[in-house]
Amino acid sequence: MSDYDYEPLILAFLCNWCSYAGADLAGVSRIQYPPTARIIRVMCSGMVHPNLIIDALTKGADGVLVCG
Amino acid sequence: MVKLTINDRPVVVSEGTTVLEAARHLGVNIPTLCHFEGLTPYGGCRVCLVEVTAGTRTQLTASCTYPVSDGLAVRTDTDEVLEARRFVMDLLLSRCPEVPALQEMARQMGLTEPGFSGGESDCILCGKCVRMCHELQHVGAIGVMGRGIKRDIVTPFGEFSKVCRTCGACAFVCPTGHIADIAKISGKTPRPKLNEFNVGLNTRGNIYKLYPQAVPAAPAIDRNNCIQLLTGDCGLCAQSCTAGAIDYSQKDETVDLDVGAVILAPGYKPFDPSGLEVYGYGHLPNVYTSLEFERMLSPGGPFGGHIQRRSDGREPKKIAWVHCVGMRSEKEGAHPYCSNFCCMASLKQAIIAREHIGPDLDMALFYMDMRTPRKDFEKYSVRIKDQGARLIRSRVHSITPAGPDGDLEIRYVTEEGGVNDETFDLAVLSVGGVVTPEVIALANRLGVKLSHNRFMDTECFKPVTTSRPGVYSCGFFNGPKDIPQTVMEGSAAAAAAAQPLAPVRGTLMRKKEFPPEADVAEAEPRIGVFVCHCGMNIGGVVDIPDIVQYVQGIPNVEYVQANLFSCSQDATSAMVEKIKEHGLNRVVVAACTPSTHQPIFQDMLRTAGLNKYLFEMANIRNQCSWVHQAEPEAATLKCKDLIRMAVAKARLLEPLEYIEVPVNKTALVVGGGVTGMTAALGLADQGYRVHLAERKARLGGNALRLHSTWRGGLVGPRVDLLIAKVMSHPNITVHYKAIVEKVSGVVGNFRTTLSRNQVIEHGIVVIAIGAEPYRPKGEFLYGEHPNVLLALDLDQEISEETERVKNAQAVAFIQCVGSRNPERPYCSKVCCSHSVENALKLKELNPDMEVYVLYRDMRTYGEREMFYTLAREQGVIFIRYKAADPPKVAEANGRLKIEVRDHILGKPVDLEVDLLTLATAIVPHQNAPLAELYKVPLNAEGFFTEAHAKIRPVDAPTDGIYLAGLCHYPKPLQESVAEALATSARAATILSKDSLMLESTISRVIDENCDGCAFCIDACPFKAITLIEYMKDGGVKKTVEVSEVLCKGCGSCMATCPKRGIMVAGFTLDQLAAQVDAALEVA
Repeated sequence: MSDYDYEPLILAFLCNWCSYAGADLAGVSRIQYPPTARIIRVMCSGMVHPNLIIDALTKGADGVLVCG
Repeated sequence: MVKLTINDRPVVVSEGTTVLEAARHLGVNIPTLCHFEGLTPYGGCRVCLVEVTAGTRTQLTASCTYPVSDGLAVRTDTDEVLEARRFVMDLLLSRCPEVPALQEMARQMGLTEPGFSGGESDCILCGKCVRMCHELQHVGAIGVMGRGIKRDIVTPFGEFSKVCRTCGACAFVCPTGHIADIAKISGKTPRPKLNEFNVGLNTRGNIYKLYPQAVPAAPAIDRNNCIQLLTGDCGLCAQSCTAGAIDYSQKDETVDLDVGAVILAPGYKPFDPSGLEVYGYGHLPNVYTSLEFERMLSPGGPFGGHIQRRSDGREPKKIAWVHCVGMRSEKEGAHPYCSNFCCMASLKQAIIAREHIGPDLDMALFYMDMRTPRKDFEKYSVRIKDQGARLIRSRVHSITPAGPDGDLEIRYVTEEGGVNDETFDLAVLSVGGVVTPEVIALANRLGVKLSHNRFMDTECFKPVTTSRPGVYSCGFFNGPKDIPQTVMEGSAAAAAAAQPLAPVRGTLMRKKEFPPEADVAEAEPRIGVFVCHCGMNIGGVVDIPDIVQYVQGIPNVEYVQANLFSCSQDATSAMVEKIKEHGLNRVVVAACTPSTHQPIFQDMLRTAGLNKYLFEMANIRNQCSWVHQAEPEAATLKCKDLIRMAVAKARLLEPLEYIEVPVNKTALVVGGGVTGMTAALGLADQGYRVHLAERKARLGGNALRLHSTWRGGLVGPRVDLLIAKVMSHPNITVHYKAIVEKVSGVVGNFRTTLSRNQVIEHGIVVIAIGAEPYRPKGEFLYGEHPNVLLALDLDQEISEETERVKNAQAVAFIQCVGSRNPERPYCSKVCCSHSVENALKLKELNPDMEVYVLYRDMRTYGEREMFYTLAREQGVIFIRYKAADPPKVAEANGRLKIEVRDHILGKPVDLEVDLLTLATAIVPHQNAPLAELYKVPLNAEGFFTEAHAKIRPVDAPTDGIYLAGLCHYPKPLQESVAEALATSARAATILSKDSLMLESTISRVIDENCDGCAFCIDACPFKAITLIEYMKDGGVKKTVEVSEVLCKGCGSCMATCPKRGIMVAGFTLDQLAAQVDAALEVA
């Protein structure tokens, strides 16, 4: 666990073709990371509407990652 | 027929039925201990009491012996009945207070303590065992003796029964566990049936499935041990099979098939080390073969993935792997070749063992040369060193017992000649593979020629073609190899067989039919959630029962079930049944990743009569259990969140219409080397039109400079023949000096623009653009001294028999130049064998020539090992150097002086040579532009990435794109040719179809929201959207239209639209927002 008590909850919109596959590969390679990210698969980072990000932040996400 | 009522429910059954059977027919549960279907009713335990009213008379009676009669009224649930059963149960429990099964049954009836103390028996005298032995087994080994309190189950005269067959049927039916030890009846200890799949590490039943994923998924009866098949008795299984599937009359059949080609894929058996006494296998319990250890590591294995010693069941803390057992040896009982897969298998086992046992596991691998020449294998071997494994270059002398506790002492000889002893808890013998005598007999029967080591003798340019026309072969039988290569060769053999059979393709095909899909668009969501253990992969980290319980509480979830392996055939069939049974209309599978497994589960939905888009996956393996192994609680919580998010989306899923497009049956092959030409011919011979694009002005590629193959055949004439075939083939059009400049479209309908604006329309593409040798800058005097050559230069000089090759007195090779270093952390695979072959050729030219090979690990894998042996016999001198201390090359008197530290002497040695050949790395071309155009990812070193390293070795991750040859990873010619053939088989799976189904997750216009502002048109990277106008309500309505073929569903339009006028089906804003909300529900 981290040295800090606070683990930010991060919502990650990952592109099916690259970063989502990368997150899968992280699993295959058993790369360990904090369990507080929640991944939402999208078909392209381009489909992530700004409203989704604003909504996520206003509803309590500590951070939003759009990766593609 | 007889009519009666049970708990006021009418039921009609046939005459002679008992009340118990009638109740079961209705689904009314009546407890019983002595009843067993197929045995005469006995009424012994009295637990099945019911109240029956016949006419005016009402009584309590045992339902198992009471026959039905017209008008009978039965009650199973009155207070009197329950009280009476409880009393009977009390008596039984008082007699046998320690029997768990009775305690549980009593607890269910509301009893906690027996009413009478002092009972010491564990037999309730229900007589099931005796009836079983008499009535079904027809043996009569046991009987009932005595009356009252002396009543007992005994053998005749209290002696061991002479007729008992130790079948165990008595123990099987005993409700209390009284008959546990059959040896007490027969005097003989039953011999357990060992589980063959787990190499005898555990036992199996007589009716069994070899392994959970076995095809067909039905169990089989071991006929050598089946009492019914051997004697005609028993028949218990047929009696209990509700499906009536047991057929004892089935016999082996000889089936004649008319076929146009035969493919041999007989595989191999692991080498049996029990003949090699020094390793102690067979008499030292804690010495395992690698296959035994592999089974032990498997979550579906004998101990559920737990590693335990044979001697005492203890988990080992210190494990040794001994490489090359039975291989690379001329000794009696061993084999001279290298088995190719075992080094990597040992490394993998060490990594997995560490995952199971923990980071403190002491791992030692005793090896001769670490042979990890495949893609990404080198990095793997570096990684395990980082995890603390000790890689010890040595020869193991012996394994002997160390003390009385089962520990093992390994004596080994180091490279420097020192003898060391070390104690281990467990040793794994990394055994190679052997072709069995049965397979050799099969080959002889078929009349196909075998190699010296009795592998299939194939040519490098025809790697899967045997000496007999129409017979092809693949896999380990063609020479030792690992999984990716066998999978690839399987496809190659399919392609080779498909070429002559092209005219009859599809004539015996049956089309998969799906049932019509239920219309559930408007129906209230009834969501089924299937949570996968994936063996230990998920179940070993997170708390699945807890997750299942949680998911049951999520709104709209109608059904939750955990599966051991959700993707296994029996699991998907069972899921289909559950979908139907519970009327589910949306399905969530919480398992691995949709990238690999979504299609399997979508197919499962279609089989169940649901639209395949009513499916959502929760990725709880790759993105949860695997990446949070040390935090099981947090991972369990995350699993719940991920499933809740998936369910939230599933609630909003809608069925989508399937989109079918015609397939353009033309192929484009990029790259005109041997690989590209072979792929083109493979496709053209199957009857497809092929465009072959070569960037240079001639065909042939790197092979034009190669002298001979590792099997000794000259490359030049074969390449010439290949070029001639390609150029004269009516189905092939060659485009020279042609580079891919633009690409559009998808699988089935690509549109590629080559140089000079030439447009090719094609259904698939094979990328085979090769690679090039690394050209060092000044290293080892390359480019500075004329006598320092690259490997391909030497080939050319040998072909031309140049003066300096013929006159050389001494030559040297330096291996791994530019390979296996931090900059290029991979092995180029071909160079060790290539240098050894050239060393032999030089020795042939001039046997007195001094030939030195300076190497790091000698990776002459498979049958190539023979050349390494031969080279040493012929006096080629091999000197190992360490990466940290490479040889130094300087000019001296016109010759080259090489200084290298000899690994045996431990001293620097000076060599003077006339020619020096650098076996340099194979490096990729500038692959990035092509990779970008076809959207195929590159790995860190710049080679193209395949869809799956093991099971889809020649498919690119993007559909309709295939990879072969050096552009995928360095490999020898033979493997490139096999890959080229494999791509032609894989490509034919698309080209043979008339139409393809496209993904329906593409943009849909919501006409009432769209006002034709056209913001989306510029945003669309695929130019799939057009603005249209049409007449509506007497005015002109502007809106946009999406091309189903061009749209990829990227959703740039959706993110751009200010009016919610366009949505990607399956990824709508509402669906994504639902996932966001669900994720944040319990932050």
